Amino acid sequence: MNEVGVKWYSPGKLFTYLVLIIISILSIFPFYWMFVIGSNHTSAINKFPPAFIPGASFFQNAQNVFINIDFFKAIMNSVVTSTAITVSVLFFCSLAGFAFAKLEFKGKKWLFVFIIATMMVPAQLGIIPSYMIMAKLGWIDSLNAVIVPGMVNAFGVFWMRQYIGATIPNELLDAGRIDGCSNFKLYYAVVLPSVRPALATLGLITFMNVWNDFLWPLVVLKDRSVHTIQIALKTLNGAYYQDYAMILAGTFMATLPILIVFLMFSKQFIAGLTEGSVKH
Amino acid sequence: MASNLEVNKKSAITVTSTKKTLKQTTKDHISGYLYIAPFFIIFGVFGLFPIVFTAFISLHKWNILGTREFIGFKNYQLLFTDPLFWKALGNTFSIWVISTLPQLFLALVLAFILNSAFLKGKQFFRLAVFLPNITSVVAVAIIFGAIFGEKYGVLNYLLSFIGIDPINWKGSYFGTHVAIASMVMWRWTGYNTIIYLSALQSISKDLYEAATIDGASKMQQFFYITIPMIRPMVIFTVILSTIGGMQIFAEPQMFAGAGGGALDQGLTMTLYLYEEAFVRNSFGYSSALAWVLFLIIVLFSLVNLFITNRIKSAE
Repeated sequence: MNEVGVKWYSPGKLFTYLVLIIISILSIFPFYWMFVIGSNHTSAINKFPPAFIPGASFFQNAQNVFINIDFFKAIMNSVVTSTAITVSVLFFCSLAGFAFAKLEFKGKKWLFVFIIATMMVPAQLGIIPSYMIMAKLGWIDSLNAVIVPGMVNAFGVFWMRQYIGATIPNELLDAGRIDGCSNFKLYYAVVLPSVRPALATLGLITFMNVWNDFLWPLVVLKDRSVHTIQIALKTLNGAYYQDYAMILAGTFMATLPILIVFLMFSKQFIAGLTEGSVKH
Repeated sequence: MASNLEVNKKSAITVTSTKKTLKQTTKDHISGYLYIAPFFIIFGVFGLFPIVFTAFISLHKWNILGTREFIGFKNYQLLFTDPLFWKALGNTFSIWVISTLPQLFLALVLAFILNSAFLKGKQFFRLAVFLPNITSVVAVAIIFGAIFGEKYGVLNYLLSFIGIDPINWKGSYFGTHVAIASMVMWRWTGYNTIIYLSALQSISKDLYEAATIDGASKMQQFFYITIPMIRPMVIFTVILSTIGGMQIFAEPQMFAGAGGGALDQGLTMTLYLYEEAFVRNSFGYSSALAWVLFLIIVLFSLVNLFITNRIKSAE
Protein backbone atom coordinates (compact mmCIF):
# COMPACT_ATOMS: atom_id res chain seq x y z
CA MET A 1 0.00 0.00 0.00
CA ASN A 2 2.91 2.35 0.65
CA GLU A 3 3.66 4.10 -2.56
CA VAL A 4 6.00 6.81 -1.39
CA GLY A 5 8.15 8.12 -4.17
CA VAL A 6 5.71 7.21 -6.92
CA LYS A 7 4.59 10.25 -8.88
CA TRP A 8 0.93 11.16 -8.51
CA TYR A 9 0.34 11.15 -12.25
CA SER A 10 1.55 7.66 -13.04
CA PRO A 11 -0.59 5.96 -15.74
CA GLY A 12 -2.02 3.51 -13.23
CA LYS A 13 -3.24 6.31 -11.03
CA LEU A 14 -4.71 8.27 -13.89
CA PHE A 15 -6.58 5.15 -14.94
CA THR A 16 -7.85 4.70 -11.39
CA TYR A 17 -9.19 8.23 -11.32
CA LEU A 18 -10.74 7.76 -14.73
CA VAL A 19 -12.60 4.65 -13.57
CA LEU A 20 -13.82 6.43 -10.45
CA ILE A 21 -14.96 9.47 -12.39
CA ILE A 22 -16.90 7.36 -14.88
CA ILE A 23 -18.54 5.40 -12.06
CA SER A 24 -19.39 8.63 -10.27
CA ILE A 25 -21.00 10.03 -13.40
CA LEU A 26 -23.02 6.84 -13.87
CA SER A 27 -24.11 7.08 -10.24
CA ILE A 28 -25.15 10.69 -10.39
CA PHE A 29 -26.48 10.96 -13.93
CA PRO A 30 -29.93 9.41 -13.26
CA PHE A 31 -30.49 11.97 -10.48
CA TYR A 32 -29.60 14.76 -12.87
CA TRP A 33 -31.66 13.32 -15.66
CA MET A 34 -34.68 12.98 -13.38
CA PHE A 35 -34.54 16.73 -12.88
CA VAL A 36 -33.90 17.39 -16.56
CA ILE A 37 -37.08 15.62 -17.59
CA GLY A 38 -39.03 16.83 -14.58
CA SER A 39 -38.25 20.42 -15.48
CA ASN A 40 -38.94 20.24 -19.20
CA HIS A 41 -42.24 20.42 -20.99
CA THR A 42 -43.55 17.04 -22.08
CA SER A 43 -43.12 18.01 -25.72
CA ALA A 44 -39.40 18.64 -25.15
CA ILE A 45 -38.96 15.06 -24.00
CA ASN A 46 -40.86 13.45 -26.80
CA LYS A 47 -38.35 14.46 -29.37
CA PHE A 48 -35.14 13.06 -30.68
CA PRO A 49 -32.50 13.81 -29.48
CA PRO A 50 -33.92 14.08 -25.94
CA ALA A 51 -33.35 17.10 -23.73
CA PHE A 52 -30.10 17.12 -21.78
CA ILE A 53 -30.38 20.36 -19.84
CA PRO A 54 -33.00 21.41 -17.28
CA GLY A 55 -35.95 23.37 -18.63
CA ALA A 56 -38.28 25.93 -17.05
CA SER A 57 -41.44 23.87 -16.62
CA PHE A 58 -40.70 22.35 -13.23
CA PHE A 59 -43.41 24.26 -11.37
CA GLN A 60 -45.96 23.52 -14.05
CA ASN A 61 -45.12 19.81 -13.80
CA ALA A 62 -45.25 19.98 -10.00
CA GLN A 63 -48.73 21.52 -10.26
CA ASN A 64 -49.81 18.56 -12.37
CA VAL A 65 -48.41 16.20 -9.75
CA PHE A 66 -50.49 17.90 -7.04
CA ILE A 67 -53.60 17.55 -9.19
CA ASN A 68 -53.07 13.82 -9.68
CA ILE A 69 -51.99 12.70 -6.22
CA ASP A 70 -52.20 14.08 -2.71
CA PHE A 71 -48.46 14.64 -2.64
CA PHE A 72 -48.04 16.33 0.74
CA LYS A 73 -50.36 13.93 2.50
CA ALA A 74 -48.28 11.06 1.11
CA ILE A 75 -45.05 12.71 2.24
CA MET A 76 -46.54 13.19 5.70
CA ASN A 77 -47.57 9.53 5.85
CA SER A 78 -44.05 8.52 4.91
CA VAL A 79 -42.52 10.87 7.48
CA VAL A 80 -44.78 9.58 10.26
CA THR A 81 -44.18 5.92 9.41
CA SER A 82 -40.43 6.25 8.95
CA THR A 83 -39.93 8.31 12.10
CA ALA A 84 -42.03 6.05 14.30
CA ILE A 85 -40.25 2.93 13.13
CA THR A 86 -36.80 4.50 13.36
CA VAL A 87 -37.24 5.66 16.96
CA SER A 88 -38.64 2.31 17.96
CA VAL A 89 -35.95 0.30 16.16
CA LEU A 90 -33.17 2.35 17.73
CA PHE A 91 -34.53 1.74 21.21
CA PHE A 92 -35.45 -1.94 21.00
CA CYS A 93 -32.51 -3.02 18.88
CA SER A 94 -29.89 -1.29 21.01
CA LEU A 95 -31.50 -2.73 24.13
CA ALA A 96 -31.44 -6.25 22.69
CA GLY A 97 -27.96 -5.68 21.27
CA PHE A 98 -26.76 -4.68 24.73
CA ALA A 99 -28.27 -7.82 26.23
CA PHE A 100 -26.61 -10.05 23.64
CA ALA A 101 -23.26 -8.33 23.87
CA LYS A 102 -22.87 -7.74 27.58
CA LEU A 103 -25.31 -9.76 29.66
CA GLU A 104 -24.94 -13.45 30.41
CA PHE A 105 -28.08 -15.55 30.23
CA LYS A 106 -28.90 -19.11 29.31
CA GLY A 107 -29.44 -19.89 25.63
CA LYS A 108 -28.03 -16.53 24.62
CA LYS A 109 -25.91 -17.96 21.85
CA TRP A 110 -28.73 -19.92 20.26
CA LEU A 111 -31.22 -17.13 20.56
CA PHE A 112 -28.78 -14.89 18.72
CA VAL A 113 -28.22 -17.49 16.03
CA PHE A 114 -31.99 -17.72 15.70
CA ILE A 115 -32.25 -13.97 15.18
CA ILE A 116 -29.57 -14.10 12.49
CA ALA A 117 -31.41 -16.97 10.84
CA THR A 118 -34.63 -14.96 10.68
CA MET A 119 -32.82 -12.53 8.39
CA MET A 120 -32.77 -15.33 5.82
CA VAL A 121 -36.55 -15.57 5.80
CA PRO A 122 -38.07 -13.53 3.01
CA ALA A 123 -40.71 -11.05 4.10
CA GLN A 124 -43.02 -12.29 1.37
CA LEU A 125 -43.30 -15.74 2.86
CA GLY A 126 -45.90 -14.77 5.42
CA ILE A 127 -47.50 -11.96 3.50
CA ILE A 128 -50.93 -13.58 3.14
CA PRO A 129 -51.50 -14.42 6.82
CA SER A 130 -49.97 -11.05 7.73
CA TYR A 131 -52.61 -9.44 5.59
CA MET A 132 -55.28 -11.49 7.35
CA ILE A 133 -53.95 -10.47 10.76
CA MET A 134 -54.10 -6.82 9.75
CA ALA A 135 -57.64 -7.30 8.50
CA LYS A 136 -58.61 -8.88 11.85
CA LEU A 137 -57.00 -6.01 13.73
CA GLY A 138 -58.79 -3.52 11.51
CA TRP A 139 -55.47 -2.07 10.39
CA ILE A 140 -55.98 -2.26 6.65
CA ASP A 141 -55.67 1.34 5.48
CA SER A 142 -54.01 2.27 8.74
CA LEU A 143 -50.34 3.21 9.12
CA ASN A 144 -50.24 0.85 12.11
CA ALA A 145 -50.13 -2.05 9.68
CA VAL A 146 -46.74 -0.82 8.50
CA ILE A 147 -45.39 0.61 11.77
CA VAL A 148 -46.04 -2.17 14.28
CA PRO A 149 -44.36 -5.10 12.44
CA GLY A 150 -41.35 -2.86 11.79
CA MET A 151 -40.76 -1.79 15.37
CA VAL A 152 -37.76 -4.06 15.91
CA ASN A 153 -35.76 -6.04 13.39
CA ALA A 154 -33.09 -8.71 13.26
CA PHE A 155 -30.57 -6.64 11.37
CA GLY A 156 -30.73 -3.87 13.98
CA VAL A 157 -30.20 -6.31 16.84
CA PHE A 158 -27.26 -7.87 15.02
CA TRP A 159 -25.75 -4.49 14.17
CA MET A 160 -26.02 -3.08 17.70
CA ARG A 161 -24.73 -6.27 19.27
CA GLN A 162 -21.61 -6.20 17.09
CA TYR A 163 -20.94 -2.56 17.81
CA ILE A 164 -21.58 -2.71 21.55
CA GLY A 165 -19.51 -5.88 21.83
CA ALA A 166 -16.57 -4.25 20.07
CA THR A 167 -16.59 -0.78 21.60
CA ILE A 168 -17.72 -0.99 25.24
CA PRO A 169 -15.05 -2.41 27.55
CA ASN A 170 -16.37 -4.76 30.22
CA GLU A 171 -14.37 -2.85 32.82
CA LEU A 172 -16.54 0.19 32.19
CA LEU A 173 -19.68 -1.81 32.90
CA ASP A 174 -18.12 -3.45 35.95
CA ALA A 175 -17.23 -0.03 37.29
CA GLY A 176 -20.82 1.04 36.76
CA ARG A 177 -22.05 -2.02 38.60
CA ILE A 178 -19.80 -1.35 41.57
CA ASP A 179 -21.36 2.10 41.68
CA GLY A 180 -24.71 0.35 41.98
CA CYS A 181 -26.06 0.86 38.47
CA SER A 182 -28.91 -1.41 37.40
CA ASN A 183 -28.65 -3.03 33.98
CA PHE A 184 -31.07 -0.55 32.50
CA LYS A 185 -29.13 2.33 34.02
CA LEU A 186 -25.96 0.90 32.46
CA TYR A 187 -27.71 0.72 29.12
CA TYR A 188 -29.10 4.19 29.42
CA ALA A 189 -26.18 6.04 30.96
CA VAL A 190 -23.11 4.12 29.74
CA VAL A 191 -23.95 2.22 26.59
CA LEU A 192 -26.28 4.58 24.73
CA PRO A 193 -23.99 7.62 24.82
CA SER A 194 -21.03 5.57 23.61
CA VAL A 195 -22.75 3.99 20.64
CA ARG A 196 -24.08 7.14 19.02
CA PRO A 197 -22.25 6.55 15.71
CA ALA A 198 -23.80 3.09 15.36
CA LEU A 199 -27.21 4.48 16.29
CA ALA A 200 -26.86 7.22 13.69
CA THR A 201 -26.01 4.69 10.99
CA LEU A 202 -28.75 2.27 11.98
CA GLY A 203 -31.23 5.11 12.24
CA LEU A 204 -30.45 6.34 8.77
CA ILE A 205 -30.56 2.83 7.27
CA THR A 206 -33.90 2.18 8.96
CA PHE A 207 -35.38 5.51 7.97
CA MET A 208 -34.41 5.04 4.34
CA ASN A 209 -35.61 1.45 4.23
CA VAL A 210 -39.02 2.37 5.56
CA TRP A 211 -39.23 5.45 3.35
CA ASN A 212 -38.48 3.28 0.32
CA ASP A 213 -40.53 0.24 1.32
CA PHE A 214 -42.96 -0.80 -1.37
CA LEU A 215 -44.55 -4.26 -1.38
CA TRP A 216 -46.09 -4.39 2.09
CA PRO A 217 -47.44 -0.81 2.05
CA LEU A 218 -48.86 -1.56 -1.40
CA VAL A 219 -50.75 -4.51 0.05
CA VAL A 220 -52.15 -2.92 3.22
CA LEU A 221 -52.45 0.78 2.38
CA LYS A 222 -55.08 0.89 -0.31
CA ASP A 223 -56.89 4.11 0.35
CA ARG A 224 -55.32 7.24 -1.13
CA SER A 225 -55.42 9.02 2.22
CA VAL A 226 -52.93 6.56 3.74
CA HIS A 227 -50.68 6.10 0.73
CA THR A 228 -47.00 6.52 1.45
CA ILE A 229 -45.02 8.49 -1.08
CA GLN A 230 -43.85 5.34 -2.88
CA ILE A 231 -47.38 4.10 -3.42
CA ALA A 232 -48.43 7.58 -4.50
CA LEU A 233 -45.60 7.57 -7.04
CA LYS A 234 -46.72 4.23 -8.37
CA THR A 235 -50.21 5.65 -8.76
CA LEU A 236 -48.75 8.60 -10.63
CA ASN A 237 -46.78 6.30 -12.91
CA GLY A 238 -49.75 4.05 -13.54
CA ALA A 239 -52.02 6.80 -14.82
CA TYR A 240 -53.77 6.15 -18.10
CA TYR A 241 -51.71 8.71 -19.96
CA GLN A 242 -48.04 8.63 -19.03
CA ASP A 243 -46.85 12.22 -18.78
CA TYR A 244 -43.17 11.58 -18.13
CA ALA A 245 -42.38 15.20 -17.30
CA MET A 246 -44.96 15.16 -14.54
CA ILE A 247 -44.01 11.68 -13.31
CA LEU A 248 -40.33 12.52 -13.04
CA ALA A 249 -41.07 15.88 -11.43
CA GLY A 250 -43.01 13.91 -8.82
CA THR A 251 -40.20 11.38 -8.47
CA PHE A 252 -37.72 14.20 -8.04
CA MET A 253 -39.79 15.83 -5.30
CA ALA A 254 -40.21 12.48 -3.57
CA THR A 255 -36.49 11.77 -3.67
CA LEU A 256 -35.43 15.24 -2.56
CA PRO A 257 -36.26 14.87 1.17
CA ILE A 258 -34.35 11.62 1.53
CA LEU A 259 -31.48 13.05 -0.52
CA ILE A 260 -31.25 16.05 1.82
CA VAL A 261 -31.41 13.89 4.94
CA PHE A 262 -28.73 11.64 3.52
CA LEU A 263 -26.39 14.43 2.45
CA MET A 264 -26.74 16.02 5.89
CA PHE A 265 -25.65 12.86 7.65
CA SER A 266 -23.60 11.28 4.89
CA LYS A 267 -20.25 11.87 6.56
CA GLN A 268 -21.17 10.07 9.77
CA PHE A 269 -23.15 7.53 7.83
CA ILE A 270 -20.44 6.35 5.48
CA ALA A 271 -17.87 6.57 8.25
CA GLY A 272 -20.21 4.52 10.42
CA LEU A 273 -20.62 1.90 7.71
CA THR A 274 -16.93 1.71 6.87
CA GLU A 275 -15.22 2.18 10.20
CA GLY A 276 -17.54 2.00 13.17
CA SER A 277 -19.04 -1.42 12.93
CA VAL A 278 -15.88 -3.43 12.55
CA LYS A 279 -13.39 -1.55 14.67
CA HIS A 280 -10.97 -3.84 16.43
CA MET B 1 -44.96 -7.85 33.44
CA ALA B 2 -46.26 -8.74 36.89
CA SER B 3 -44.29 -11.94 37.01
CA ASN B 4 -41.16 -10.11 35.96
CA LEU B 5 -41.55 -7.70 38.82
CA GLU B 6 -41.91 -10.61 41.19
CA VAL B 7 -38.75 -12.17 39.91
CA ASN B 8 -37.06 -8.84 40.38
CA LYS B 9 -38.11 -8.77 44.02
CA LYS B 10 -36.88 -12.28 44.51
CA SER B 11 -33.50 -11.41 43.10
CA ALA B 12 -33.37 -8.40 45.38
CA ILE B 13 -33.80 -10.73 48.34
CA THR B 14 -31.07 -13.08 47.18
CA VAL B 15 -28.75 -10.08 47.02
CA THR B 16 -28.52 -9.91 50.77
CA SER B 17 -28.17 -13.60 51.39
CA THR B 18 -25.85 -14.91 48.66
CA LYS B 19 -22.60 -14.05 46.97
CA LYS B 20 -22.38 -11.03 44.73
CA THR B 21 -21.67 -13.00 41.53
CA LEU B 22 -24.89 -14.95 41.88
CA LYS B 23 -26.87 -11.80 42.35
CA GLN B 24 -25.46 -10.36 39.16
CA THR B 25 -26.13 -13.50 37.11
CA THR B 26 -29.76 -13.58 38.23
CA LYS B 27 -30.17 -9.95 37.36
CA ASP B 28 -28.52 -10.48 34.01
CA HIS B 29 -30.89 -13.32 33.22
CA ILE B 30 -33.94 -11.21 33.96
CA SER B 31 -32.77 -8.14 32.08
CA GLY B 32 -31.39 -10.25 29.25
CA TYR B 33 -34.66 -11.99 28.51
CA LEU B 34 -36.62 -8.80 29.06
CA TYR B 35 -34.48 -6.77 26.65
CA ILE B 36 -34.65 -9.29 23.84
CA ALA B 37 -38.36 -10.00 24.37
CA PRO B 38 -39.67 -7.25 22.03
CA PHE B 39 -37.96 -8.88 19.07
CA PHE B 40 -39.39 -12.28 19.81
CA ILE B 41 -42.88 -10.93 20.41
CA ILE B 42 -42.97 -8.92 17.19
CA PHE B 43 -41.32 -11.71 15.22
CA GLY B 44 -43.63 -14.29 16.71
CA VAL B 45 -46.78 -12.41 15.78
CA PHE B 46 -45.81 -10.88 12.44
CA GLY B 47 -43.09 -13.29 11.34
CA LEU B 48 -43.26 -16.81 12.65
CA PHE B 49 -47.01 -17.21 12.94
CA PRO B 50 -47.68 -16.02 9.37
CA ILE B 51 -45.00 -18.38 8.05
CA VAL B 52 -46.50 -21.40 9.75
CA PHE B 53 -50.00 -20.33 8.81
CA THR B 54 -48.92 -19.94 5.19
CA ALA B 55 -48.07 -23.64 5.21
CA PHE B 56 -51.55 -24.38 6.55
CA ILE B 57 -53.27 -22.22 3.93
CA SER B 58 -51.22 -23.78 1.17
CA LEU B 59 -52.97 -27.09 1.80
CA HIS B 60 -56.35 -25.53 1.14
CA LYS B 61 -58.39 -24.03 -1.58
CA TRP B 62 -58.95 -20.70 0.08
CA ASN B 63 -60.46 -17.50 -1.27
CA ILE B 64 -60.91 -13.99 0.01
CA LEU B 65 -64.23 -14.73 1.71
CA GLY B 66 -62.51 -17.29 3.89
CA THR B 67 -64.31 -20.31 2.47
CA ARG B 68 -61.80 -23.09 2.45
CA GLU B 69 -61.51 -26.67 1.44
CA PHE B 70 -58.70 -29.04 2.37
CA ILE B 71 -57.02 -30.32 -0.77
CA GLY B 72 -53.70 -31.66 0.53
CA PHE B 73 -50.71 -31.04 -1.69
CA LYS B 74 -52.77 -30.30 -4.77
CA ASN B 75 -51.66 -26.66 -4.88
CA TYR B 76 -48.06 -27.83 -5.03
CA GLN B 77 -48.84 -30.33 -7.76
CA LEU B 78 -50.56 -27.63 -9.73
CA LEU B 79 -47.64 -25.33 -9.22
CA PHE B 80 -45.10 -27.70 -10.73
CA THR B 81 -47.18 -28.15 -13.85
CA ASP B 82 -47.91 -24.44 -14.15
CA PRO B 83 -45.93 -22.99 -17.09
CA LEU B 84 -46.18 -19.50 -15.59
CA PHE B 85 -44.41 -20.68 -12.46
CA TRP B 86 -41.49 -22.02 -14.48
CA LYS B 87 -41.40 -18.85 -16.51
CA ALA B 88 -41.31 -16.77 -13.33
CA LEU B 89 -38.55 -18.96 -11.94
CA GLY B 90 -36.51 -18.60 -15.13
CA ASN B 91 -36.98 -14.83 -15.24
CA THR B 92 -35.98 -14.47 -11.60
CA PHE B 93 -32.77 -16.42 -12.05
CA SER B 94 -31.91 -14.73 -15.32
CA ILE B 95 -32.29 -11.29 -13.74
CA TRP B 96 -30.34 -12.42 -10.69
CA VAL B 97 -27.38 -13.64 -12.69
CA ILE B 98 -27.04 -10.59 -14.91
CA SER B 99 -27.45 -8.22 -12.00
CA THR B 100 -25.51 -9.87 -9.19
CA LEU B 101 -22.37 -11.34 -10.69
CA PRO B 102 -21.11 -8.19 -12.42
CA GLN B 103 -22.28 -6.13 -9.49
CA LEU B 104 -20.28 -7.91 -6.80
CA PHE B 105 -17.21 -8.09 -8.99
CA LEU B 106 -17.39 -4.39 -9.75
CA ALA B 107 -17.98 -3.62 -6.07
CA LEU B 108 -14.88 -5.53 -5.09
CA VAL B 109 -12.76 -3.70 -7.66
CA LEU B 110 -14.16 -0.34 -6.57
CA ALA B 111 -13.52 -1.14 -2.93
CA PHE B 112 -9.88 -1.90 -3.68
CA ILE B 113 -9.55 1.33 -5.63
CA LEU B 114 -11.21 3.36 -2.89
CA ASN B 115 -8.88 1.81 -0.36
CA SER B 116 -5.71 2.88 -2.18
CA ALA B 117 -3.45 5.00 -0.05
CA PHE B 118 -2.74 7.61 -2.70
CA LEU B 119 -6.33 8.40 -3.57
CA LYS B 120 -7.46 12.01 -3.19
CA GLY B 121 -11.12 12.92 -2.74
CA LYS B 122 -12.03 9.63 -1.07
CA GLN B 123 -14.98 11.21 0.72
CA PHE B 124 -16.49 12.42 -2.53
CA PHE B 125 -16.06 9.17 -4.42
CA ARG B 126 -17.47 7.09 -1.57
CA LEU B 127 -20.48 9.36 -1.41
CA ALA B 128 -20.93 9.27 -5.18
CA VAL B 129 -20.89 5.49 -5.46
CA PHE B 130 -23.20 5.09 -2.49
CA LEU B 131 -25.74 7.73 -3.52
CA PRO B 132 -27.94 5.50 -5.74
CA ASN B 133 -28.72 3.29 -2.76
CA ILE B 134 -30.83 5.98 -1.10
CA THR B 135 -33.38 6.11 -3.89
CA SER B 136 -36.52 4.05 -3.73
CA VAL B 137 -37.08 1.13 -6.07
CA VAL B 138 -40.12 2.94 -7.37
CA ALA B 139 -38.08 6.01 -8.26
CA VAL B 140 -35.36 3.86 -9.82
CA ALA B 141 -37.90 1.95 -11.87
CA ILE B 142 -39.50 5.17 -13.10
CA ILE B 143 -36.18 6.79 -14.00
CA PHE B 144 -34.83 3.69 -15.71
CA GLY B 145 -38.14 3.16 -17.43
CA ALA B 146 -37.55 6.54 -19.03
CA ILE B 147 -33.89 5.84 -19.78
CA PHE B 148 -34.78 2.53 -21.42
CA GLY B 149 -37.70 3.95 -23.40
CA GLU B 150 -37.82 2.76 -26.99
CA LYS B 151 -38.55 5.99 -28.82
CA TYR B 152 -37.35 8.76 -26.57
CA GLY B 153 -35.10 6.92 -24.17
CA VAL B 154 -31.68 8.41 -23.62
CA LEU B 155 -30.00 5.02 -23.88
CA ASN B 156 -31.24 4.33 -27.38
CA TYR B 157 -30.12 7.83 -28.28
CA LEU B 158 -26.60 7.13 -27.01
CA LEU B 159 -26.55 3.73 -28.72
CA SER B 160 -27.43 5.41 -32.02
CA PHE B 161 -23.97 7.03 -31.95
CA ILE B 162 -22.34 3.64 -32.27
CA GLY B 163 -24.74 2.62 -34.97
CA ILE B 164 -27.14 0.48 -32.97
CA ASP B 165 -30.79 0.71 -33.98
CA PRO B 166 -33.33 1.58 -31.29
CA ILE B 167 -33.97 -1.44 -29.10
CA ASN B 168 -37.43 -2.23 -27.85
CA TRP B 169 -36.31 -2.88 -24.28
CA LYS B 170 -39.77 -3.34 -22.85
CA GLY B 171 -40.91 -5.70 -25.55
CA SER B 172 -38.36 -8.49 -25.23
CA TYR B 173 -37.13 -10.92 -22.61
CA PHE B 174 -33.53 -9.90 -22.99
CA GLY B 175 -34.24 -6.17 -23.00
CA THR B 176 -36.48 -6.34 -19.96
CA HIS B 177 -34.04 -8.46 -17.99
CA VAL B 178 -31.13 -6.18 -18.83
CA ALA B 179 -33.14 -3.10 -17.89
CA ILE B 180 -34.21 -4.59 -14.56
CA ALA B 181 -30.73 -5.91 -13.84
CA SER B 182 -29.24 -2.49 -14.49
CA MET B 183 -31.68 -0.97 -11.97
CA VAL B 184 -30.51 -3.46 -9.38
CA MET B 185 -26.88 -2.88 -10.24
CA TRP B 186 -27.21 0.87 -10.14
CA ARG B 187 -28.86 0.79 -6.75
CA TRP B 188 -26.69 -1.84 -5.03
CA THR B 189 -23.13 -1.72 -6.40
CA GLY B 190 -22.21 1.23 -4.20
CA TYR B 191 -23.68 -0.38 -1.13
CA ASN B 192 -21.62 -3.53 -1.62
CA THR B 193 -18.56 -1.42 -2.34
CA ILE B 194 -18.90 0.27 1.02
CA ILE B 195 -19.35 -3.08 2.75
CA TYR B 196 -16.18 -4.45 1.13
CA LEU B 197 -14.35 -1.25 1.88
CA SER B 198 -15.24 -1.58 5.55
CA ALA B 199 -13.78 -5.08 5.53
CA LEU B 200 -10.60 -3.89 3.83
CA GLN B 201 -10.16 -1.06 6.30
CA SER B 202 -10.67 -3.33 9.26
CA ILE B 203 -7.54 -5.30 8.35
CA SER B 204 -4.81 -4.18 10.69
CA LYS B 205 -1.80 -2.59 8.97
CA ASP B 206 0.42 -4.54 11.41
CA LEU B 207 -0.51 -7.74 9.63
CA TYR B 208 0.90 -6.47 6.36
CA GLU B 209 3.96 -5.06 8.06
CA ALA B 210 4.67 -8.32 9.83
CA ALA B 211 4.18 -10.21 6.57
CA THR B 212 6.53 -7.86 4.77
CA ILE B 213 9.18 -8.37 7.44
CA ASP B 214 8.73 -12.12 7.05
CA GLY B 215 9.38 -11.71 3.36
CA ALA B 216 5.89 -12.29 2.00
CA SER B 217 5.30 -10.85 -1.46
CA LYS B 218 2.39 -8.50 -2.24
CA MET B 219 0.70 -11.39 -4.02
CA GLN B 220 1.06 -13.68 -1.02
CA GLN B 221 -0.22 -10.93 1.22
CA PHE B 222 -3.26 -10.55 -0.98
CA PHE B 223 -4.10 -14.25 -0.92
CA TYR B 224 -3.15 -15.03 2.67
CA ILE B 225 -4.24 -11.84 4.40
CA THR B 226 -6.65 -9.79 2.31
CA ILE B 227 -8.84 -12.54 0.89
CA PRO B 228 -9.34 -14.47 4.15
CA MET B 229 -10.00 -11.24 6.04
CA ILE B 230 -12.72 -9.99 3.71
CA ARG B 231 -14.24 -13.42 3.12
CA PRO B 232 -16.97 -13.02 5.75
CA MET B 233 -18.14 -9.83 4.04
CA VAL B 234 -18.07 -11.49 0.62
CA ILE B 235 -20.26 -14.29 1.97
CA PHE B 236 -22.52 -11.71 3.59
CA THR B 237 -23.02 -9.80 0.33
CA VAL B 238 -23.53 -12.96 -1.73
CA ILE B 239 -26.21 -14.24 0.63
CA LEU B 240 -27.85 -10.82 0.86
CA SER B 241 -27.92 -10.45 -2.92
CA THR B 242 -29.34 -13.93 -3.26
CA ILE B 243 -32.16 -13.28 -0.85
CA GLY B 244 -32.84 -9.85 -2.31
CA GLY B 245 -32.57 -10.96 -5.92
CA MET B 246 -34.92 -13.92 -5.50
CA GLN B 247 -37.52 -11.52 -4.09
CA ILE B 248 -37.31 -8.90 -6.79
CA PHE B 249 -40.72 -7.32 -7.22
CA ALA B 250 -41.05 -3.57 -7.59
CA GLU B 251 -38.72 -3.17 -10.56
CA PRO B 252 -40.44 -5.71 -12.82
CA GLN B 253 -43.87 -4.58 -11.69
CA MET B 254 -43.13 -0.96 -12.54
CA PHE B 255 -41.11 -1.63 -15.68
CA ALA B 256 -42.98 -4.45 -17.34
CA GLY B 257 -46.38 -3.49 -16.02
CA ALA B 258 -48.93 -5.44 -13.98
CA GLY B 259 -48.65 -9.15 -14.58
CA GLY B 260 -45.11 -8.85 -15.89
CA GLY B 261 -45.83 -7.62 -19.41
CA ALA B 262 -47.40 -9.06 -22.52
CA LEU B 263 -44.88 -11.90 -22.85
CA ASP B 264 -44.61 -12.37 -19.08
CA GLN B 265 -41.04 -11.27 -19.67
CA GLY B 266 -40.94 -9.42 -16.35
CA LEU B 267 -42.92 -11.93 -14.32
CA THR B 268 -40.74 -12.78 -11.33
CA MET B 269 -41.67 -15.22 -8.58
CA THR B 270 -42.65 -12.55 -6.09
CA LEU B 271 -44.64 -10.68 -8.71
CA TYR B 272 -46.47 -13.90 -9.53
CA LEU B 273 -47.08 -14.44 -5.82
CA TYR B 274 -48.49 -10.93 -5.48
CA GLU B 275 -50.73 -11.33 -8.51
CA GLU B 276 -52.10 -14.66 -7.34
CA ALA B 277 -52.68 -13.46 -3.79
CA PHE B 278 -53.90 -9.91 -4.12
CA VAL B 279 -55.19 -9.63 -7.66
CA ARG B 280 -56.74 -13.07 -8.18
CA ASN B 281 -57.27 -13.72 -4.46
CA SER B 282 -56.30 -17.37 -4.65
CA PHE B 283 -54.71 -17.46 -1.22
CA GLY B 284 -54.13 -21.21 -1.14
CA TYR B 285 -52.24 -21.35 -4.40
CA SER B 286 -50.16 -18.28 -3.64
CA SER B 287 -49.30 -19.67 -0.19
CA ALA B 288 -47.91 -22.77 -1.85
CA LEU B 289 -45.98 -20.47 -4.14
CA ALA B 290 -44.63 -18.57 -1.12
CA TRP B 291 -43.31 -21.76 0.47
CA VAL B 292 -41.72 -22.97 -2.72
CA LEU B 293 -40.12 -19.57 -3.15
CA PHE B 294 -38.78 -19.78 0.38
CA LEU B 295 -37.30 -23.24 -0.16
CA ILE B 296 -35.70 -22.08 -3.39
CA ILE B 297 -34.14 -19.14 -1.57
CA VAL B 298 -32.79 -21.39 1.20
CA LEU B 299 -31.42 -23.93 -1.26
CA PHE B 300 -29.88 -21.36 -3.53
CA SER B 301 -28.36 -19.51 -0.55
CA LEU B 302 -26.78 -22.74 0.62
CA VAL B 303 -25.40 -23.43 -2.84
CA ASN B 304 -23.92 -19.94 -2.95
CA LEU B 305 -22.55 -20.33 0.56
CA PHE B 306 -20.88 -23.54 -0.51
CA ILE B 307 -19.35 -21.92 -3.60
CA THR B 308 -18.14 -18.87 -1.66
CA ASN B 309 -16.60 -21.11 0.96
CA ARG B 310 -14.71 -23.06 -1.65
CA ILE B 311 -13.15 -19.90 -3.04
CA LYS B 312 -11.34 -19.58 0.24
CA SER B 313 -10.26 -23.18 0.69
CA ALA B 314 -8.80 -23.16 -2.81
CA GLU B 315 -6.20 -20.70 -1.61
